[in-house]
Amino acid sequence: MARTARVYVTLKRGVLDPQGSAVARGLRTMGYGEVEDVRLGKFIEVRLREGASPDDERRRIEEMCRKLLANTVIEDYRVEL
Amino acid sequence: MHVGIVTFPGSNCDHDVYHVLRHVLGAGVSYVWHKDRLPAGLDAVILPGGFSYGDYLRCGALARFSPVMEDVVGFAAAGGPVLGICNGFQILCEAGLLPGVLMRNASLKFICQDVLVEVQGAETPVTAGLAGQRLAMPIAHAEGSYFADGETLDRLEGEGQVTFRYAGGAPNGSARDIAGISGGPRRNVVGLMPHPERSSEPVLGCTDGRKLFESLLGG
Repeated sequence: MARTARVYVTLKRGVLDPQGSAVARGLRTMGYGEVEDVRLGKFIEVRLREGASPDDERRRIEEMCRKLLANTVIEDYRVEL
Repeated sequence: MHVGIVTFPGSNCDHDVYHVLRHVLGAGVSYVWHKDRLPAGLDAVILPGGFSYGDYLRCGALARFSPVMEDVVGFAAAGGPVLGICNGFQILCEAGLLPGVLMRNASLKFICQDVLVEVQGAETPVTAGLAGQRLAMPIAHAEGSYFADGETLDRLEGEGQVTFRYAGGAPNGSARDIAGISGGPRRNVVGLMPHPERSSEPVLGCTDGRKLFESLLGG
């Protein structure tokens, strides 16, 4: 049975998000005037083989985030395991 | 003088760089496949433009884990000249050889146009004797908006590591109009978004880019 880690990668506050701004403008044009701001990110599912201890699993997935899945210069990440 | 040009899956400017160095300037050049090691005796390494690994995840993010990059990091740490052009610049940033990151253009559009960049800061292997010159070169990218935090930007400016700046404003949203920077122990690592290899022959309408390669070969 594989376990699935759900990784959310989002742009840090203060980093311009031109894609999010374009989507926000689109929504407002469609009549959704309540839209104040949109931030775009990535959702990544990582299926993990069973075996590692929960601590190891958590440590290794966080390492994957720092090394590859997110660029911590501009992005934050959050992991659900 | 012998230059290694690294080819990643998806590199598409490797042949252009090879052509300019070999046929226009008469230098010794070798392609280096990304899965191989850097051959001994190279005087400089170039990471060319293109779309390594299809730009998946982030531009340059996957290329930095290609086996050859371990050698490129070592070569740079030893003071060897490394030049990253366009996607090569993105790879250098992802690999941590240069600070910051290249983000999606502010306009969200792929920009393909000639630009003027001014050579600034401290001298690098590709800008010997070029300080203050304005060079015309084309850019062709969707992710060229340079970003780093304010502290990093101040440090880059303070230490003369902003090597190329868009004259008359950045077309892509780059912080402080940065088009290229340098780093490494002797400012021997240089990355820039414009394509000098596409402006090195009269038939292409401009030869300013050639000056960068002449500087590299002369050093």
